[in-house]
Amino acid sequence: MEKIEMICINCPLGCALTVERDGDNFKVSGNTCPRGAKYAVDELTHPVRTLTTTVALANREGKYVSVKTAKPISKSKLFEAMAIVNSTKATAPIKIGDVIIENMLGEADLVAAADAE
Amino acid sequence: MLNYDIVIIGGGPAGMAAAVAAYDNGTENILIVERDHALGGILRQCIHNGFGLHRFGEELTGPEYAARYAKMVEERGIDYIVNTMVLSLEKGENGNVVTVMNSENGVFNIGAKAIILAMGCRERPRGALNIPGTRPAGIYTAGTAQRYVNIKGEMPGKNVVILGSGDIGLIMARRMTLEGANVKVVCEIMPYSGGLNRNIVQCLNDFNIPLKLSTTVAQIHGTDRVTGVTIAKVDSNMRVIPEESEYIECDTLLLSCGLLPENELTAAAGIALDPITGGAVVSETRETSMEGVFACGNVLHVHDLVDYVSEESAVAGKKASDYIKNGAKKAALIGTVKIEKAGGVRYTVPQKIEVTADTEDVKVYFRVGKIFENVTLKVTMDGEQVSAAKKRKMAPGEMEFVKVKKSVLEANPNGTLKIEIVE
Repeated sequence: MEKIEMICINCPLGCALTVERDGDNFKVSGNTCPRGAKYAVDELTHPVRTLTTTVALANREGKYVSVKTAKPISKSKLFEAMAIVNSTKATAPIKIGDVIIENMLGEADLVAAADAE
Repeated sequence: MLNYDIVIIGGGPAGMAAAVAAYDNGTENILIVERDHALGGILRQCIHNGFGLHRFGEELTGPEYAARYAKMVEERGIDYIVNTMVLSLEKGENGNVVTVMNSENGVFNIGAKAIILAMGCRERPRGALNIPGTRPAGIYTAGTAQRYVNIKGEMPGKNVVILGSGDIGLIMARRMTLEGANVKVVCEIMPYSGGLNRNIVQCLNDFNIPLKLSTTVAQIHGTDRVTGVTIAKVDSNMRVIPEESEYIECDTLLLSCGLLPENELTAAAGIALDPITGGAVVSETRETSMEGVFACGNVLHVHDLVDYVSEESAVAGKKASDYIKNGAKKAALIGTVKIEKAGGVRYTVPQKIEVTADTEDVKVYFRVGKIFENVTLKVTMDGEQVSAAKKRKMAPGEMEFVKVKKSVLEANPNGTLKIEIVE
């Protein structure tokens, strides 16, 4: 059995988690809420992160709109995702929640996090 | 002259939350004055997520959080003017006068029965840090770099050293890395980071960026552009240890060394300031020493989370509205409770409690001056214990609060409330 310590990143509390791992069985302690337990298991099996960045506007020179992945994506694909986002241009007007890239890398939609007129 | 019941200076999260709360309390004649071209304040450039967990129960990015409040302002039809700078505020014959300026109308006055200060804060710049060395291009505060990257889409540099491990510095370490920069190291002069643990994990550890504690930038090198910095360990008095220094080649130095409430207007109006917070001295209504002038958000004291800014600003907005509804007069004062801090409590907000017939339970916010473990947070009123709570950990980076019951205040309207950490 393996004992792993980590900090939960779900919220500003930053709970100190202890995970006892025995193969595919995990016992998590130190978490204040259920999201902590899920985070610990995800982090050891398939770590994910929400990507937030900006996309250039094709029809508004020098202007950008803030975007995020609609749900967390594989941590290992963050740089691949950045390369896709940085070669994409969006067209204004845009409303919060508009899908900018559908099903990016087969993981999540990239959606607008701000309005652009 | 334009006349409003309440003029709010600053259209960031504090100003918008105060406006909404004042409106919802029945004061509709409100104006927000904003110097940028849109409402939202610094949140507009904080494109990362993590905002709103307390306030909205979900994780939002900065622009999304700002948009929620901007929508509430719009829905209520609250007036606001943008691209407009406030120059001064002073007592007039009928209430207060705010002098403002913009390129369309020049300089003009606005009458205000009440004013809410919501100007936010600024970053501590290089000039305030006294870092030795040359004065080349390539030195930015983390927030300036954030504006370049997130708003203008321009990268301020390629090889980066960051001084200061506050949250903005950590967030920018990740942001610059994702955009292709090489962030070599984050130095922190204190023996602990001022940033949230979650940000050390997801902004530094995720990208193998080293965090060096008790370390500072001892020298900046370069003539036209930064060519490198000398970083060095510091001793317990924060003096550089020359034997433990190293040269790091870089073209950019980002500074994330603390935030300072922006109170030039407040000081010029003669309002009393707290030397520790850098903000105004206020009562529990967030009213300053100038009658009818309230303050909230980061201009009052620097908060950890925008959610807490919104909460405090809603208090200031409601109380400013109560003041208007009372005929622009203060409620009759029964007594003033002094607040004393002891055993490592650095500051409190409010600094005093004015007991009136309307007094409710009061939350007194405070910060400690160093890291404490396994201590008791003791609250007394004139020597009598009000509460005692065991605390596993308290840190300067985390704002704490104690709730003081209305009954305790009513029983001791001229008492001294002492907030103390007992080791």
